[in-house]
This record gives sequence, C-alpha cells and structure tokens, in this order.
Amino acid sequence: MMKLKKNVVGQLVLLASLGTAASFAQAQELRFMCSTDGNECEVIDELVTRFEQENEGVDITVDIVPYKSIQENLPVQLAAGSGPDIAKVTDLGGLSQYYLDITPYVEADYWEQSFGDILNWYRKSADDKGIYGLHSQLTITGGYINRTLFDQAEIEPPAADASWEEWAEAVAKVADATETPYLMAMDRSGHRIAGPAISDGAKLFADDGTPALVDEGFTRFVTKFVEWNNNGTMLRDVWAGTGGDTYQDAAQEFISGSLVYYYSGSWQVGKFDSEIGDAFDWQVVGTPCGEVACTGMPGGAGIVGFSSTEQPEIVGKLLDYLAREDNYAELTARTRNIPAHAAVAAKGVDYEGASAPAAAALNAWGKQVEKVSPVAYAYQGYKHNRAMFGITMTRVSQAIVGELSIEEAMERATADLEQTMAEVESK
Amino acid sequence: MARMISYCMRIIEIPMLYLQKRLGISRLAWVFLLPNLLLFGLFAFLPVVLNFVYAMTGSDQILLQDRTFVGMGNYQTLTSCEDFLNPNSCKDDLFWRAVYNTFWFVLLQVGFMVGFALLTALMLNSKIRARGFFRSVFFFPVLLSPVVVALIWKWILQREGLANAALEGMGFDTINWLLDRHWAFFWSVFISVWAHMGFYTLILLAGLQAIPRDVYEAASMDAASPFRTFRRITLPLLMPTMIVVLVLSLIKSVQTFDEVYAFTGGGPGSATTLLIQYVYETGFAGTPRLFGLASAASILLAVVLVILTCLQLWASRRNVNG
Repeated sequence: MMKLKKNVVGQLVLLASLGTAASFAQAQELRFMCSTDGNECEVIDELVTRFEQENEGVDITVDIVPYKSIQENLPVQLAAGSGPDIAKVTDLGGLSQYYLDITPYVEADYWEQSFGDILNWYRKSADDKGIYGLHSQLTITGGYINRTLFDQAEIEPPAADASWEEWAEAVAKVADATETPYLMAMDRSGHRIAGPAISDGAKLFADDGTPALVDEGFTRFVTKFVEWNNNGTMLRDVWAGTGGDTYQDAAQEFISGSLVYYYSGSWQVGKFDSEIGDAFDWQVVGTPCGEVACTGMPGGAGIVGFSSTEQPEIVGKLLDYLAREDNYAELTARTRNIPAHAAVAAKGVDYEGASAPAAAALNAWGKQVEKVSPVAYAYQGYKHNRAMFGITMTRVSQAIVGELSIEEAMERATADLEQTMAEVESK
Repeated sequence: MARMISYCMRIIEIPMLYLQKRLGISRLAWVFLLPNLLLFGLFAFLPVVLNFVYAMTGSDQILLQDRTFVGMGNYQTLTSCEDFLNPNSCKDDLFWRAVYNTFWFVLLQVGFMVGFALLTALMLNSKIRARGFFRSVFFFPVLLSPVVVALIWKWILQREGLANAALEGMGFDTINWLLDRHWAFFWSVFISVWAHMGFYTLILLAGLQAIPRDVYEAASMDAASPFRTFRRITLPLLMPTMIVVLVLSLIKSVQTFDEVYAFTGGGPGSATTLLIQYVYETGFAGTPRLFGLASAASILLAVVLVILTCLQLWASRRNVNG
C-alpha cells in the first residue's frame, strides 16, 4: 500500500514537473505576422532564427501573410484581443493603441539616437515617450524618369530644384520627340500626393495641432493636378480609372517604357531592377519643387510588439536584437531598403549583389531623406493620416472626373475630415 | 448491419422516450427544431440584431463597449439633404450618389435583362437549328464567377483592350471606355445583363413551354398574325412567370456588388458605386471603419429588399392561385 502511494505521488510529481516544463516551453512561443513584400519576411525569418539560437527555449513562428491581412484582419484581431505577439505593420499610428512599450527591455538612449523622430510615428500622442516599434523599411516618395527617352530626345532632365511645371514641360518635349504615349503619372494614393502638396505650401495641421487637410497650398497643388489629369499631362487612367480610396499604381506603364515620368517611391527599385533589366535606363529624380519645398513623403513599415502578448520581455529583446547596428545594416542591405537607423545611414549601406542601377537608385533615395519637410514627417506620424489619405483620393478623383468642382471637392474634403474626427474621437 | 442500426436506434430511443414523457408529444417538436434554431439564431438572427444595435452607435471601435450611443444620428447623417434630387446638397453625398446609381442601375439592368431574356427565350423556343447549342451558349455566362466576368470585360474594354484594337483596326478613334462616367455606367449595366440573362431566359423558356400547344393551333386556324398571337396568347399566359422573373431580377439587381466592384472599383469618381459597395467601403475597406454608418445604410437597403421580397411572395402566390 505504501509502495503504491509512493508510486502515485512520484507519478504526480513527474506529471507536475512535465506540465511545468511544458508550460515553460509554451511560454516562450511567439507568433510574428509578416506581410509579403519583396524578401523582407524571409530575411527577418533568418534573423529571428539566429535570435532563437542565442536565446534557448524561444520559439518564434513567422507567419507570412498577404498585405491585405495586415490591413484588414490584423486590426480586427487586435480589437478582439486575439492578435499575434509581433507584426510588421504599415498603419504605424493607426494601431498605436495596441503597441507594447518596450522601453523597459531595451537601451532607450540607443534607440533615441538611432531612430530619433521616427519613433514618434509609433507613439500614441505628443506626450508619449515610449518606444514601440522598429522602423525596418524607410521609404521616400518621389519621381523616376525613363532616362533613355530623355537621351533619345536629346533633352537634359531638369535640375534637382526644378519645379513641377518645368518637369511637365520637359517631359512633354521628350514624349513628343520620342512618340511616347504617356507623359507623367502619379500613384493613386493620398500619401503620394501629399509630398507635392506640402511642397506647394500645404500645412495639413492647424496651429493647435489639429488636422486641417485643405488650405491654400493643398488647393493649389490639387488644382494643378486636376488640370494635368484632364489635359493629358498626367495619365488619367490612374486616378480616374477606379473609385473610392482604392490604391492604383502605374508601374507597368513605366516598366513597359510607355511612360516618361513616374511619381511613386523608393520601394519600386527592386521591381524596376528585376523587370526593366537592360531594356532602358531609368533614374531617380526625387520630388520636384513647389512654392515652399521640394519634399517627398517618408513612410514605410515597422516591426511592433503588441501589449496583449504574454511574453513582453522576449518581444522587447527581439526588437532590440533586430535594431542592433550590424543586424539592421544586414536587414537593410539584403532587403534593398533605405536605412532609418542614423548610424547605419551615416556609414552607408553596401547593397551587396544589387545591380548598378539599383544601387545608384537606392543611394539617390537615401540622399532625398534630408530634403523631407518636417510637415511631411508630422503627417506620416499622425495616427489618423490614413483617413486623410482616403478622403484625398476620393475627393480629388471626383474633381478629376467632373463630379465635383475643385471648390466643392475641397469643401467636401473638409467636411469629411470633420465627420471622421467626430467619429474617431467619440469613444 | 440491420441489427447494428436497430441497436443504435434503441440507444437514441431511450432519451427520446424520456423527453417525450417529460415534455409531452406536442412540445417534442421543439427538441427536433432546437439544433437548427440555435444555428439560425447564432448565424442569422443575432447578426441582424447586432446590425440594428451598431446602427445606433458611433466611433471607429469594433467592440460594442467601446462605442458610443448616437440613437438615430447615423440615419440622420444619411438622410439629411437639402434637395434629395441633388447629391451635392446631401450631408453624405456618396451615399446618395450610390442610391441614384443603384436606382438607375436596377431600372436599366432589369429592364434590358427581362426584355432580352424574353426575346432570347422566344427565339430558343422556336424551331431553329442547333437549338440545344444556343441554349447552352446563352446559359454559359451564368456559370462564370462574377470576378471572372468583370476581368474578361475589363481586358476587352481597357485602353489597350480588344474593343479599342477593333476600333483602331476599322480606322476609328479609340475610346477610354472605363474613364468616362457614362460609358463606365453603360458597360456596368451591359456586363451585368450579359452575365445573368441566361438564368432568366431559362425560367422564361420553361414558362413558354408550359403554354398548351392547342391554344396556338387554334390561333393558327383563325389566321392570327404572329404579333397578335404573341400579344393575345403568349404574353398573357407567360405573365405569371414574367412577374416572378421581374421580382427575382429586381432583388438580385439591388444586391449587385462583386462584378461591378471588380470591373470599375466604383469609378470613375463614384459613377458606378452601388449601395452595397458604399456599405462595404464605409464599414470595412475605408479608414476609419464607420460601422455605425455602414449598418444604418445596410438597414435602409434591407427595407427596400424586404419590400421587393414581399412583392415576390405576392407574385408567387398569385402565380400558384392562377
């Protein structure tokens, strides 16, 4: 009887210890939701594997999902409290309420020195000093030209400080000389049009910091843009070809050589490099100047942890590991991105294996970072900027197709923003 | 095997006999209905109730406890207009643009579809060569996914598509079909008619074949002209089927979303934005997600659909009663 009791107790102890071990092992499991974008998720996965090797017992599963899942499903999952531990996100401010503050687990000074103002893009408010995300992919909007067409037309591209009007004139001459069907195109995106609008004087925020989409500068660029869409300077298909706030680009027209000037952003480098090949020469020309600046919009994606995680320390450690200078430099170089890390940017990135045009383009984009206006940084960091992007797309498109006059479109945009702010603030 | 089944039945019989004893034979029906009622309640009735609740709340938050009660505020936003015939005078002009687009879309799509379906059914009911082949041809688009239909026509009508290649080949100027508001709307109606006509043709064909042949023989003996035969015999006898087709196509037309969304994205501007797309974009695709406004719009749409469904029930009963 005694022996039986001992056996039972022994088995219970064994079971309990196994259970503890199992729960300990389980406690180290994390899920990382990463959206497919070039090779970024694959490179992150490799770095994560190295992190796992350095931290025994940690098991991080990188779930590679379509970008739409990050946009549409992740916010719902987070609201329901069933999201992943970590994710790569692009709506940096919009999801800030769910972010985990990793300050207790990282060296805050290093992060402040390395990422500076970009950390604000992840913060909930101006008073917030927490550290929430690693900006893994810095992007800048701006223009590309088909350099071969300029050379064929024997026209020198306008200088770096040339205005939109000068570019439009030069591009028209090139298209005319080379019989190229499309002159200029800009991605259908509220983010894309923001840079030129800021360059033309759009402030986007009132003096008290509240959002104010429509002002003189914004209206000035929209007026120009609508006119260009209707007189053939801009490829009308991009903005007028669809409705609502649907994104549309003109990359295929540029790749096929039928577009002289394309206003998009740094993330197109990899695609152009692989798909254009040696069909023609292309060049990054930054953002043309407006009345007050020559700024593009910064942007990109970042890796964040969520406050719902059961392993905040591991999440913090992982983000700190990825932010280490050597790891960040490797991530940037292998994914062909512009570094957001000050020290990595200062030393320059050796885009190993990149073709000459791609390396030149990436370095040209890197130089555009210093031209970015503080208004553009503030707009990118504003947590409801996506609502403002959507309003811009919808109303500007309506003005282009003639449903609304520019004046009506601007009035509607103002009213839309008021309604949106009322909704998001009624909590 | 039979013994096995009999054994299983006996196992089930025990609790059922107990329930019958406890509840009585008349209440036992509820026990059989319970699984279905639970599923219906969870997946159909509860979402409808939630929709009504969301329609009376504001904010971009998903969870009800994070939302604010706004009463009829969302309905007021949707229905406040200085002039209902001018969307620009409405507070939510995009909703009213969607309402007008849907109204014209339904009117034109149902009108053309029923008309063409009738013509096609009459043609397929006559003694033509390869009748079976043509019946399949007209029915084929019904089998296609709406997104496939949209993409096929998008490729045909885009700037460098087949339609423009044909125009260019014939020496005409090309047309940007999908960039012009009126053309885009026309083609949206056209592809919708093309995609769904086969289904209604089939129903009308069945209706035509149900008309007794001897009536036509009598008309023929009286030397009635084909037009008079159609007007005095075919049309009146086909009318019950026509009404069913009309109401069914009306309901389906009001619900149109996928093919037009994939075809034009609601553009250019908002020229082809229909009500369901408005609901989808307001509640799910746009930022912020205005669930309250989307729910209120969907309830207004549901009212229209309920009216149309009642009309269909009335038509069906009238059909059955002769």
